[in-house]
Amino acid sequence: MEYTILILVLPLLSFLFLGLAGTRLRPAAAGAVGTAVLAVVTAVSYMTAYAYFFGQGRAADGLYPTLTPWNTTWLPINDTLSIDMGIMLDPISVMMLVVISTVSLMVHIYSFGYMKGERGFQRYYAFLSLFTASMMGLVVATNIFQMYVFWELVGVSSYLLIGFYYTRKEAVAASKKAFIVTRFADLGFLIGILFYGYYAGTFSFNPQTEALAAAGMIIPLALGLMFVGGAGKSAMFPLHIWLPDAMEGPTPVSALIHAATMVVAGVYLVARMFPLFIGYAPDVLHATAIVGAFTSFYAAVVACVQSDIKRVLAFSTISQIGFMIVALGVCTSADPHSGGLGYMASMFHLFTHAMFKALLFLGAGCIIHAVHSNEMSAMGGLRRYMPVTHATFLVACLAIAGIWPLSGFFSKDEILTACFAYSPVMGWVMTAIAGLTAFYMFRLYYGIFWGRENRTLHAEHTPHEAPATMTLPLVVLAAVTLGAGFIPFGHFVSSNGTAYDIHINPTVAAISLCAATAGIALATWMYARERQAAAESLARRFATLHTAAYHRFYIDEIYQFITHRVIFRCISTPVAWFDRNVVDGFMNMLARGANGASYLIRGMQSGIIQHYCIWFLGGALVLTIILLFIR
Amino acid sequence: MIHMEYYLIVSTIMMFAGIYGFVTRRNLLAMLISVELILNSVDINFVVFNRFLFPEHLEGFFFTLFAIGISAAETAVAIAIIINIYRNIRNIKVKSLHEMKW
Amino acid sequence: MEITLELIVFTILALFTVVSAVLAVTTYRILRAATYLLFVLFGTAGIYFQLNYSFLGAVQMLIYAGGITVLYVFSILLTSSQGDKAEQIRGYKLYSGLAATLLSLGICLYVTLKHDFRPSHFEHGELEVTAIGHTLMSPDKYGYVLPFEVISILLLACIVGGILIARKR
Repeated sequence: MEYTILILVLPLLSFLFLGLAGTRLRPAAAGAVGTAVLAVVTAVSYMTAYAYFFGQGRAADGLYPTLTPWNTTWLPINDTLSIDMGIMLDPISVMMLVVISTVSLMVHIYSFGYMKGERGFQRYYAFLSLFTASMMGLVVATNIFQMYVFWELVGVSSYLLIGFYYTRKEAVAASKKAFIVTRFADLGFLIGILFYGYYAGTFSFNPQTEALAAAGMIIPLALGLMFVGGAGKSAMFPLHIWLPDAMEGPTPVSALIHAATMVVAGVYLVARMFPLFIGYAPDVLHATAIVGAFTSFYAAVVACVQSDIKRVLAFSTISQIGFMIVALGVCTSADPHSGGLGYMASMFHLFTHAMFKALLFLGAGCIIHAVHSNEMSAMGGLRRYMPVTHATFLVACLAIAGIWPLSGFFSKDEILTACFAYSPVMGWVMTAIAGLTAFYMFRLYYGIFWGRENRTLHAEHTPHEAPATMTLPLVVLAAVTLGAGFIPFGHFVSSNGTAYDIHINPTVAAISLCAATAGIALATWMYARERQAAAESLARRFATLHTAAYHRFYIDEIYQFITHRVIFRCISTPVAWFDRNVVDGFMNMLARGANGASYLIRGMQSGIIQHYCIWFLGGALVLTIILLFIR
Repeated sequence: MIHMEYYLIVSTIMMFAGIYGFVTRRNLLAMLISVELILNSVDINFVVFNRFLFPEHLEGFFFTLFAIGISAAETAVAIAIIINIYRNIRNIKVKSLHEMKW
Repeated sequence: MEITLELIVFTILALFTVVSAVLAVTTYRILRAATYLLFVLFGTAGIYFQLNYSFLGAVQMLIYAGGITVLYVFSILLTSSQGDKAEQIRGYKLYSGLAATLLSLGICLYVTLKHDFRPSHFEHGELEVTAIGHTLMSPDKYGYVLPFEVISILLLACIVGGILIARKR
């Protein structure tokens, strides 16, 4: 399957071409090139997936083989340790190829309509291509270091795309914030990689067991540090602060990067390292479950009170990624039949979530396109103006709420089953969060399409349905969302590779459906009507909580406090003082010394001949005295 | 009987009077006068050495003769330059001569 | 050492010359400096006469005292528009110059007087002017015709150069 190299090379070439040709191309031509290349990439990805899962099928031992069609030694470090670059195909990377190429293609098509007439249209497509290439490189990485390289490239393209509207101050600040926070987390990742490379003696994903056994406590530490990097990319609490701000980027970018693909890189990382986690660091794995659950809960609560629709979706993304992390974290063994269910559930949820969250973001993009605002107060009653968007948005909301027979139901049900199998407490907590998810998603849905309509604004500027280039991706993604639940996902991806049939646990399914329905019903009662007395009185009664949640529980402010007051004042200021006064001072002293010495001997070079004459006379005198008397 | 050293003492004092004048005077013409003193002291030395040590030869004698001629030439050119300077900057103080220094 | 007329004359000449030389470089009036220079030149000419180099003394009087000093006086009168007072100099420049000069003078005198010149007297006898003329015009060994011609050309060049530099443009 050597042709898989095209998946990496084509978007990269497209990036180079679009980036270099730039404004010499007409915008439409640039978009067409980018989209066409991505269509080819998508086709190749699908072909790869088909060939991998169906063409060659399972090996004799009943597992899908791990293939490396390409591999070159990039940086040999010593005889045994080297950094390779290559392509590795296994079930999850092939699955990710499909997800990324699908969503990316949809976003490319969608952007034709959404970004029409924007300045820097060509640049936008160049960056999209770069992102796609990096993300593909990340998922097919043959070793952890290649993954890290592409991981950083993904971070760079995310930075570039968030700051796409670089004339807007908020966008610039958001891109910097995203870059710095994820870089900070990546520091942990890099240290983890170095620990791992040093003690395991390899960067590959399947090291020798003796080396790992000898490393002892280092491997859990390395894996924990890697998870810090993953947590930064996947916006786990408390490193989530960049993701809501990242919504300053163009909405299709939010759909592609900050909902469907890049933010699940952390989940993918944990899944990729899963055999090591489960084998050598189960405690770290369970700790990630706690982090994931808390993040999920926190984000769900915050999402309930946000008024900016993209922020609601951002927090719902954080919450859903929390679900995936939890699902991985609750795994207790690699056997899907006993304790390893979460792995498959997590990957399944990753897959379905990518589709419906991209759909939600693209739908939100259509809505923002129509009303020119992110605020819910500018919306309401939009179902009459935008029927296609309304229908697809509803599908996505139902999916994320977990209503049968949409894809979200199946994946979330698997996660909840895994959680209940791990511990009932975790199960109930996650079920409650699932109910909360249904509530805030339908609050969003009603706030946009029903509820109190902003008639004055709509009279001035009647909202209209988006053009076909924008609705087509919505319809495609809605179709995928409708059908994806019936994919026998366990047959493709499972924790130890063996085929596994998804069983719907009736008790768990009933509980989760009840929770989802309750959430939806509550949201309907509170927000579907023109008057929202219940919601307002509730907000008044719990004013403190409401304000705190609206301000995201002041996490940003705490960061601000820690960075500005604590780190800047207590560490940076003394260090800056040291640098300015001691380091610079030393240099200044040298300079001043040279300067002073020059001033001292400047008199010798006065340019006045009579002074030279005296010096000459003095010199001759000294020489004479030496020759005459000192011999 | 006049010893040769007596002449040399006179010429040495004259020589260093000239040097002193050269390094301390601030007027171009005064400096030139000091240079004349130095030249003159050297002339005396030549003549004295010739007369006392090598009376049968005339090297010192002729050297002095030519030195007088050359000092006349030197003075003529130097004074021409000084007058030119005076014409340009209206004085002949050494301090004022920055125009051509750099 | 008996006191002869010769010694008296020499002493007067030497004192006259040395005092004039010192005054020439210490007076503040530039015209007086030129005058003292003239006295020095006369004193020097006297020394030449005493050494029985009458021709050289005459040349000294003619060229130096007669020509060059007049040139000095003219140029001083031409250039000293705002009074002919030289500015006072004081401070470390004066002292450093003075110290260097006196120290050098001391060393030179020390070296000169320490050295024993032999013979320390000379035979009396006037140098014949014909001998001077022959030597000056002789192309032989110890003849000076070539330097003579070179000096002629130098003087010519000086005349031309002096006129060129000083003339009004």
